[in-house]
Amino acid sequence: MRRQFVPAVAMMLAFTVLCGLLYPLAITGLAQIGFSGAANGSIAERDGQAIGSTLLGQPFSEPGYFWPRPSAAGDGYDGAASGASNLGPSNPELAKQVRTRAAAYRSANGLASDALVPADAVTASGSGLDPHISIANARLQAERVAEERGLDVAAVRTLIDANTDGRALGLLGEPGVNVLQLNLALDAAG
Amino acid sequence: MSAANWGQLGLLVITLAVICPLLGRYLAAVFGDGPAPGDRWLGRIERRVLRWCRVDPDAEQHWKAYAASVLAFSATAIVALYGLQRLQGLLPLNPDDQSAVGAATAWNTAVSFVTNTNWQSYAGESTMSHLTQMAGLAVQNFVSAAAGIAVAVALVRGLVRSRSNTIGNFWVDLTRTVTRVLLPIAALAAIVLGASGVVQNLSGQRIVTTVEGATQSIPGGPIASQVAIKQLGTNGGGFLNANSAHPFENPTTFTNFLHLVLILAIPFALAFAFGRLAGDRRQGWVVAAAMATLLAVGIGITTWAETSPNPQLTAAGADQLGTSDQSAGSMEGKEVRFGTAGCALYAPITTGTSTGAVDCAHDSMSPAGGGAALFSILLGEVSPGGVGSGLYGMLVFVLLAVFIAGLMVGRTPEYLGKRIQAAEVKLVVLYILFVPFAVLVFSAISIVSRFGLEGLLNQGPHGLSEMVYAFASAGNNNGSAFGGLTVTNTWYETTLGLSMLIGRFTLMVPVLAIAGSLGRKQKVPASAGTFPTGTPLFAGLLVGVVVIVVGLTYFPVLALGPLVEHLGL
Repeated sequence: MRRQFVPAVAMMLAFTVLCGLLYPLAITGLAQIGFSGAANGSIAERDGQAIGSTLLGQPFSEPGYFWPRPSAAGDGYDGAASGASNLGPSNPELAKQVRTRAAAYRSANGLASDALVPADAVTASGSGLDPHISIANARLQAERVAEERGLDVAAVRTLIDANTDGRALGLLGEPGVNVLQLNLALDAAG
Repeated sequence: MSAANWGQLGLLVITLAVICPLLGRYLAAVFGDGPAPGDRWLGRIERRVLRWCRVDPDAEQHWKAYAASVLAFSATAIVALYGLQRLQGLLPLNPDDQSAVGAATAWNTAVSFVTNTNWQSYAGESTMSHLTQMAGLAVQNFVSAAAGIAVAVALVRGLVRSRSNTIGNFWVDLTRTVTRVLLPIAALAAIVLGASGVVQNLSGQRIVTTVEGATQSIPGGPIASQVAIKQLGTNGGGFLNANSAHPFENPTTFTNFLHLVLILAIPFALAFAFGRLAGDRRQGWVVAAAMATLLAVGIGITTWAETSPNPQLTAAGADQLGTSDQSAGSMEGKEVRFGTAGCALYAPITTGTSTGAVDCAHDSMSPAGGGAALFSILLGEVSPGGVGSGLYGMLVFVLLAVFIAGLMVGRTPEYLGKRIQAAEVKLVVLYILFVPFAVLVFSAISIVSRFGLEGLLNQGPHGLSEMVYAFASAGNNNGSAFGGLTVTNTWYETTLGLSMLIGRFTLMVPVLAIAGSLGRKQKVPASAGTFPTGTPLFAGLLVGVVVIVVGLTYFPVLALGPLVEHLGL
């Protein structure tokens, strides 16, 4: 057994250099040359200032903006503390949270007091940084946003469609509305 | 499930049906005795490095020496990874100034990554320096995967060879797996992932002011290079806490698909490689078919469960009906871009392969969906299992199935011309008993102790599931979690670490012993009384044996956890 430790230590060293330094540094070099925007976090800019990442959700609460999903990352959309609520499906705390969020959503968007609210609007995502909301959720918020901004609802709906990420190849995953990009487009539209 | 969801599943099946037999042919060439692609220039470098490491690349090992090499290499790796975590505060490539990882967490993490479990009791973005991630954790992603494949290849050699005292050379198998298989595929995948939005830099967190004037930190790091190998090597440990749900690890619906292909490619390909090495490709098809059947059932149950509404959330006001504008079922813990069907596809694949990466929070899945994830871990990671460990796990079940068939017809069981006798069957039984013992005993102690109960987030039957899931995941080297359980106290860090060691090494050593014992035997020609193992009938028997063994072991605890919760919802 003791004889085995000489190759063990030497091989560990060799693999650390190959897989732990050469490999990640080579990939980093290629990524920085070939696609530095994607490799550095897909940063969104406005007036030359970085204001977030198009891949990460961020908090919005003003009525003139579309609102993202509830978030369990830190105090909400904390990029340094990604994570889920981990509440089990039968946990009464989860049902309580959903009830509270649904009531707030209905009153903000002028829905009937017994209307069902899109599930993604009242549940926290797995990452706490979900950049998307469902199309159903976005459509229900459109009137509030249009009214607040003095815009035509149809114009807002057009912006929703323009900022919807579809399924890759028409098959993979689900479509979602990118909240940050939609809100930036709204600001640009006036 | 929408038409697009069916299309997604179909595309995955087609992609794998094309890739896995081809990759299997390549793997058979790499691990066979003949020439392999890349011998001319890679072979020369490999031999030079092996000589420098005091290994004779032409010498083969007895199974005991092979096992000693595995153990010595793993022990060295645990010490190295522990040391790196404890010293990271003094070392370079630490832009976010992470201090030394605590002793208990560092031990748990070192064991976790060396055993290919990748259970994580820490949050990556707030614990690990970039150097620890790439030169520590990612290195183990490569070599723990390669060690698993090496052991599987050694077992195949034992089955295939006749009157041989040796089963190969661990150091050669380890090296060739990294240089010929893992590194080239991972590099290609890392570039595709990076181009699709997975972050790949050496920066620290970047603080930005958001549209509404709040601040948000944008994490950085060599993430794409690590995600590629975490999936390809069925490791599963995320660079960031939210793992593959995090947009920086898994930004798009396409990257999610690529993750699934990377996870499943090698485990299935190894089954085909086995058939080729055995000189009877039907044997490989039977193993692959049994693996695929178990996985298909898992995907079916999970998809049904996750796309059904949670009645408690409907009562609370959530619309969970699937339309073209939203996906069906509870969205708690799930990302919009993957939807409920995407979670239901990822969960059985990540739990059936000992990967443990997650694209949705398993703790918040429906009772039946989370229960199915737990069950596919408890199967012992054979649907299709981790790289290498899936093949050797399934071959152990094959020996058991052959033995049971032999008992039924009253003849000495044979497999590939090798008589399966008392020595092998004892080792098979040891293999099957170690992990359930650890899982059930540690869970039982946790349930009745203050230090076990204090970690629970959810109460009632779901709390039981949370605990059993933790020990099942550690003991079967999966690494995914019902994340509500807080596992940072000394009890959990220690016992989960022990479960991971048991799940890795008390299984690998009997497997190598079986390989040695079978390798020494002479092949006997098949006779009229030989039970044919290259048939759909045998694949069915194999699936039945896996399900019955696991079912009898774990049914009581599954009934008290997921089943009770499902009925009470």
